[in-house]
Amino acid sequence: MTEIKPRISVEYVEKATIISFTDEKILEKSDIKALQDSIMSVVEQTERIKLILDFGNVQFLSSAVLGLLIRLSKRIYECDGQLKLCNITPKIFEIFKITRLTKTFDIYKDVESAVEDLS
Amino acid sequence: MNRRAGLFKPVNAVRLAAEDNWCWVVSLMVSKATINRSIVVKSRPLAIVGVCEQILSKLEANGFDKDDIFAVHLALEEAFLNAVKHGNKMDPTKEVKIDYSVGLDKIEISLTDEGEGFEPEAVADPRFGEGLYKPGGRGLLLINSYMDMVKFTERGNSLYMVRYKEKPPLTQRVDQVQV
Repeated sequence: MTEIKPRISVEYVEKATIISFTDEKILEKSDIKALQDSIMSVVEQTERIKLILDFGNVQFLSSAVLGLLIRLSKRIYECDGQLKLCNITPKIFEIFKITRLTKTFDIYKDVESAVEDLS
Repeated sequence: MNRRAGLFKPVNAVRLAAEDNWCWVVSLMVSKATINRSIVVKSRPLAIVGVCEQILSKLEANGFDKDDIFAVHLALEEAFLNAVKHGNKMDPTKEVKIDYSVGLDKIEISLTDEGEGFEPEAVADPRFGEGLYKPGGRGLLLINSYMDMVKFTERGNSLYMVRYKEKPPLTQRVDQVQV
């Protein structure tokens, strides 16, 4: 039996698409696949998407989610879009620092500052 | 008290034990607050959920803080998925064995898969070059970062990792040097 849970919420603010993760923990492979499918469908529907990912609810993630973010960023940049991450808790931010993904992703304190910096 | 004089055997003994099918686990000395368990689960990614619940609840019971629980959770998740994916090649008929000991001062975990093993030194560093842009390859880096000790058996199909509740008092040593 497949459990279908809301994994993301999507909001449109000015020129930006804001996706918030609704689950505290993004763990299992099935979760990650579902999450990727959900986000990709939003990306594919919007031309040159300006996407902001809000991690405010996320308390735990594994390297599989980092993989998802990299696949996602490649797709967005292929489509000439923009991707920004925000609201990352200190514990999760430490994972980004350890893996040096702070060099790869544009990370902002909150949604407002991420929106402001969109070109 | 020497906190490092743990209940687990030293790493070289773990290596021997791994070859002896882990018979030593049952012979461990057990103190009042130490919990030793051995679990064997089917090699499926979802099986990690139950394993984590079991181990993390014991950490909480023994007074480990949220940082410790987060670290062990992450290392367990990464190690288990590596065992399932790279060790057992996603074969659900295979199994992963998890032995753990939760004491008052540290947690020790061993994970063993049925794979052919690998050389940890041969794994590319995902923080540099092309590795930075690859979707995978960060599990081992995170395990090494969040655990205080990480060792593989010679064959490379068994991982032993430790996290201490309290870290060595480095700041105290610095103070002493300054005095």
